[in-house]
Amino acid sequence: MKLAATHDIAAPRATVWEALLTDEVLKACLPGCQELSGNPEDGFEATVLQKIGPVKATFKGHVTLSDMEEPSALTLSGEGKGGAAGFARGAARVTLEEISEGTRLGYEVEVEVGGKLAQLGSRMIHGVAHKLSDQFFTRFKEVVEGPSETDEAGAEPEGADPAEDAPKGKGWLGRLMTRKAEAE
Amino acid sequence: MPKDHGIGASSKRREDKRFLTGKGRYTDDINLPGQAHAWFVRSQVAHGRLTGVDTSAAEAMPGVLRVFTGADFEGVGGLPCGWLVTDRFGQPMQEPGHPVLARGKVRHVGDPVAVVVAETAEQARDAAEAVEVEIDELPAVLDMKAALDPDAPLVHDELKNNLCYDWGFVEENRAAVNAAFETAAHVTTLDLVNQRLVPNAMEPRVALGDFNPATEDSTLYTTSQNPHVIRLLMGAFVLGIPEHKLRVVAPDVGGGFGSKIFHYAEEAFCTFAAKQLRRPVKWTCTRSEAFISDAHGRDHVTRIELALDAEGRFQALRTETHANMGAYLSTFAPSIPTWLHGTLMAGNYKTPLIYVNVKAVFTNTVPVDAYRGAGRPEATFQLERVIDKAAREMGIDPVELRRRNFITEFPYATPVAVEYDTGDYNATLDKLLEIADVAGFEARLADSKSRGMLRGLGLNCYIEACGIAPSQLVGQLGARAGLYESATVRVNATGGLVVMTGSHSHGQGHETTFAQVVADMIGIGEDMVEIVHGDTANTPMGMGTYGSRSLAVGGSAMVRATNKIIAKAKKIAAHLMEAAPEDIELKDGKFSVAGTDKSVAWGDVTLAAYVPHNYPLEELEPGLEETAFYDPNNFTYPAGAYACEVEVDPETGKVTVCSFAAADDFGNIVNPMIVSGQVHGGIAQGIGQALLEAASYDDYGQLLSGSYMDYAMPRADDVPFYRVDHSCATPCTHNPLGVKGCGEAGAIGSPPAVVNAVVDALQRAGHTGVTHIDMPLTPARVWAAMQG
Repeated sequence: MKLAATHDIAAPRATVWEALLTDEVLKACLPGCQELSGNPEDGFEATVLQKIGPVKATFKGHVTLSDMEEPSALTLSGEGKGGAAGFARGAARVTLEEISEGTRLGYEVEVEVGGKLAQLGSRMIHGVAHKLSDQFFTRFKEVVEGPSETDEAGAEPEGADPAEDAPKGKGWLGRLMTRKAEAE
Repeated sequence: MPKDHGIGASSKRREDKRFLTGKGRYTDDINLPGQAHAWFVRSQVAHGRLTGVDTSAAEAMPGVLRVFTGADFEGVGGLPCGWLVTDRFGQPMQEPGHPVLARGKVRHVGDPVAVVVAETAEQARDAAEAVEVEIDELPAVLDMKAALDPDAPLVHDELKNNLCYDWGFVEENRAAVNAAFETAAHVTTLDLVNQRLVPNAMEPRVALGDFNPATEDSTLYTTSQNPHVIRLLMGAFVLGIPEHKLRVVAPDVGGGFGSKIFHYAEEAFCTFAAKQLRRPVKWTCTRSEAFISDAHGRDHVTRIELALDAEGRFQALRTETHANMGAYLSTFAPSIPTWLHGTLMAGNYKTPLIYVNVKAVFTNTVPVDAYRGAGRPEATFQLERVIDKAAREMGIDPVELRRRNFITEFPYATPVAVEYDTGDYNATLDKLLEIADVAGFEARLADSKSRGMLRGLGLNCYIEACGIAPSQLVGQLGARAGLYESATVRVNATGGLVVMTGSHSHGQGHETTFAQVVADMIGIGEDMVEIVHGDTANTPMGMGTYGSRSLAVGGSAMVRATNKIIAKAKKIAAHLMEAAPEDIELKDGKFSVAGTDKSVAWGDVTLAAYVPHNYPLEELEPGLEETAFYDPNNFTYPAGAYACEVEVDPETGKVTVCSFAAADDFGNIVNPMIVSGQVHGGIAQGIGQALLEAASYDDYGQLLSGSYMDYAMPRADDVPFYRVDHSCATPCTHNPLGVKGCGEAGAIGSPPAVVNAVVDALQRAGHTGVTHIDMPLTPARVWAAMQG
């Protein structure tokens, strides 16, 4: 199964690129993500709770980054194993293009599911994959752009640390990057 | 007036009382003290190298007794295949091993890799999730033609390719057939798919193994259509248990449709594990598991060509079929696309030259084997579809084209090695035209048109070979078993009797019909006859129930045994009445001396047999019990004609079956109600195949239609009320009851009628380019066909 879409993000391409490589951003954006750790060189280990049709399971998986052409393209590939629920794996080729409003993020995803997930959930899988991809990139856009002026209260991405002391209107990513820089 | 008892009466099904009141005793209802539960860990990928199975975490889980893997089955035999097909070049088929649990490689989604045995089913299931299976995935082999590419990955590394066999039938006729095509006035060609189906018996499979360490007896309770066959295959080939130390019980079984003929890994596992653990071990299949572990049916891709002369007389027939075997050879898999398919390609017609080529292919899918009809639906579908297409191309009425080519003289030896004993194809076709009210079609067509609907009428004939089978013949054809049947009739002192039959009933109503036959022969009430089946401990060696064989073969054994009983009883009666045995007549349960008013009752004779005070002990043994075996000397050939009317919604492509009529010649009928029920069920299955059902794999070998959300079974509102007739009977000439078998006909005869009807509807609506649509005829496919 293949999916493709583009999202326009109001941020410079270098910022978007960096966000794609940041574990905490990925964790915040990956729907159902419970744990995520790692780095772009070795890849990321993730634990994701998902319900697809009648199958609900915790998927443990590894995501690797490859074919990196900074700052314009990279491939994310991974496999998640959900035990008796089956497995899902896929690869996403992500491209970043500079546009006047910022960056156009395009992706082509190929997803394969197996086991019970395929047996019971196959007809849902296309819709679910669309929804999850959409959720991921919508959150990613929010994280990178920061909450909009009109939507400050509700824009905090799910799973992100509550940062009540953060200045209003400043991008969450900016804070994250700042914190990371301080830590290093 | 219809009979109210005995042969020919619609006696109510005695077994339904327990089935309909929840009192049936199925395998899963049997629970033994100390019973442990098994849960199978199955491959989630279609093809891969098994690099490791880590059971340590699972073994530490609560309640776990042991986790078994393929390594535990070193030295244990694999699941055997019961039929050796020889290819066109005289070589034996390629026959790969079939381990109980996967070793080295996994070959289909659902291939069992490990089994957890625990105190409860839930504990076993939980622990199964903790079994770590490491598999290096390999590319899956799925498409049959691609599988035969020299560069295709191998399903079985030890074989030279993925071809099980390349079978030609009749190979000697090949050149003559090809020559006939060169000179034919007209050739009609049709490419079609007979799609893979999942059997879906109402009761999923169950196996319960037991071992008595004191006697060293093993017992297997299982959902089987043929417990003796399982005992033989599992005992002799897999586990090495002699038959006298192994009992197989198949109690009430909730449907099989072929899928419960075969010997499955789970049966061998539970029997094996019970001995290892010294505890009964039970496995109950879930519906999801059934989809990926029960043998599937059909899955043929065919090109059929029919050569005709200018008047529409069939000159020659040529087919090329790719038949999917799946990942392993299931018990009778090789015989289905060959001897149960190629031999039926003459159909009801006197085509002088026929050549059938079948390439059986291994793929990374669930094994494929017999499913209601088993080879004959595939033969009938392609033949009756190509005839319909030829009729349209040549502008000949499809009914007339069939009549022009009917076999009308019997016995008739076909060019594909079988000899039809009796039949009257014009009679069943005439009857069909009457009960389907074909004359009124135009009016119904006009009515449909007025509602904006497209209407079509599809007809076809069918013939099948049942009463499987003459042992010596099938032995020559590669069967590794005899196909006789057996019966023991045990008369009790007070006159009631028990018939122990090797046939097995899993929905067919044998307990009713078999009792009708025996009661009729003796002239006693049906309630005096009990039918016992399904337990190797108390029935004679029998080959079980499939291929519509139970009455034709098992019933014949029962008739023979009953005749022996009657012969002996007459001698006893003769002694009691001081007459000659040849003067004794048996009528209505009473023995009388011809030409006198002397008589003794059935009960007097049976009592004398067991209380032999006044008894010819010097000439006759006491007791009244006889066993007979019956080996048929030919197949039986039920045949008939089916008609279907459909409406197609031009906006959506949705097909509605408006009516379905079936005129069958089953020879003599024992219970007309049960026969009609069998036909109804078969037609529902055929409509299911034609319109709804399909097992679909994705490009990676994942079964996508693996649940009832995606695998569409026919429901009550998908089928019409049927018009069924079986009055055109030409009795079978070679079995004592003159019966032919009715269990599969509905599923064999109905798919082409439905497809012929839909094509007819579209043609009548001006979609003249639509000559075929592959099953299932879903709204999407029909709509796409209408769009060109």
